[in-house]
Amino acid sequence: MEVLLGITGKDFTIIAASKAAMRGATILKASDDKTRALNPHTLMAFSGEAGDTVQFAEFIQANVQLYSMRNGMELSPAATANFVRGELARALRSRRPYTVNLILGGYDTITDKPTLYWIDYLASCAPVPYAAHGYAQYYCLSLLDKHHHPDISFDQGMKILRMCTEELKRRLPIDFKGVIVKVITKDGIREQEYEDDVKVVVP
Amino acid sequence: MSRRYDSRTTIFSPEGRLYQVEYALEAISHAGTALGILAQDGIVLAAERKVTSKLLEQDTSAEKLYILNDNMICAVAGMTADANILINYARQAAQRYLLTYNEDIPCEQLVRRLCDLKQGYTQHGGLRPFGVSFIYAGWDPQRQFQLYQSNPSGNYGGWKATSVGANNASAQSLLKQDYKEECDLKEACGLAVKVLSKTMDSTKLSSEKIEFATVGRTKSGKIYHHLWGADEIDALLKEHGLAKAEDTERDEL
Repeated sequence: MEVLLGITGKDFTIIAASKAAMRGATILKASDDKTRALNPHTLMAFSGEAGDTVQFAEFIQANVQLYSMRNGMELSPAATANFVRGELARALRSRRPYTVNLILGGYDTITDKPTLYWIDYLASCAPVPYAAHGYAQYYCLSLLDKHHHPDISFDQGMKILRMCTEELKRRLPIDFKGVIVKVITKDGIREQEYEDDVKVVVP
Repeated sequence: MSRRYDSRTTIFSPEGRLYQVEYALEAISHAGTALGILAQDGIVLAAERKVTSKLLEQDTSAEKLYILNDNMICAVAGMTADANILINYARQAAQRYLLTYNEDIPCEQLVRRLCDLKQGYTQHGGLRPFGVSFIYAGWDPQRQFQLYQSNPSGNYGGWKATSVGANNASAQSLLKQDYKEECDLKEACGLAVKVLSKTMDSTKLSSEKIEFATVGRTKSGKIYHHLWGADEIDALLKEHGLAKAEDTERDEL
């Protein structure tokens, strides 16, 4: 019941991840951050098997940072996505694969375009305009299909995100404790304030 | 006395020099000249092919210019056999990068990979350093067109115009005199043949004696590299009045 969402727009990528850390049906924590910044313009959100997620994310984070240090330049979001996919594919064919689903949001400073990649634990990878993982897919993709447009402004993007989280609150059986929202633009990654205690009317 | 330090690549001489590396550099300064010129819209590499014997089958393919990658080529000065090892290594490194990142390797990174290998042979014992200098021409989205040069010590640098091999000092000073920063690829090709014609022993050039390659951008914005054919080189030489006249060629033979 973890929620991962990603939306791109004219000059930004929004990533939202649920704040509940769960074990079975129990919520252990309501302020969990399921994202890691790989470099100043790439952010990875992850969900899946409890130990695997953080382990894998930090392994990728360390490698991408090593690349920046060695080469004095950032790895582009597209190259990062392919590297992550490669590592997942390698792990998949090992004795114990990582069970991790990812959304990779970024901003390509060379082409000046926001990017978003949808990657799952079977190492499929696709560049997409908007993405969702887990149960969020069932509720949000239809909303995004209807309202998303490639050159929406940031405010419109946030409005669509609000529609998504409200729908999840309305329909998802377990409380996911709201979402952490991060935005990637040409200036880097920042956390976006996001109100979680809005009352949602259930029919 | 110096004998004691000569035979070891990894040992400093009392004056703090590495003789084997200096000997390698010396070997290169007898090899055919190679030069590279960076223009606004591309790069040209040119190299002198030493004709050793009339009886030797003239290989039509390039022997001093090589393709490393979709966006990079290089010119070789020095021992071709050593260069083959390094070029093979570079091609593998470039493809490995493409496999992991699905993107072409940035030019400087590929140059550095080769130079790391070259450096290793000046430090880890028992082996001879590679007797080759390279001039690299390439393009990447971050830094556009780039020209690099490297030598047996493992040092490398970025240049606007540079040369290696025999007479490289005079080639370098000619380039320094005539290089214009805002020149286009066509002008750079002209400068390249002009410099080569002055630094090579023979007064008249022909497509048998030189090799030419360019990296540029097509009208649609795609990066290409091109090793020139004999007819293209002859056309360029003719344009600049450096071609060997048909009848004198007969006489020489």
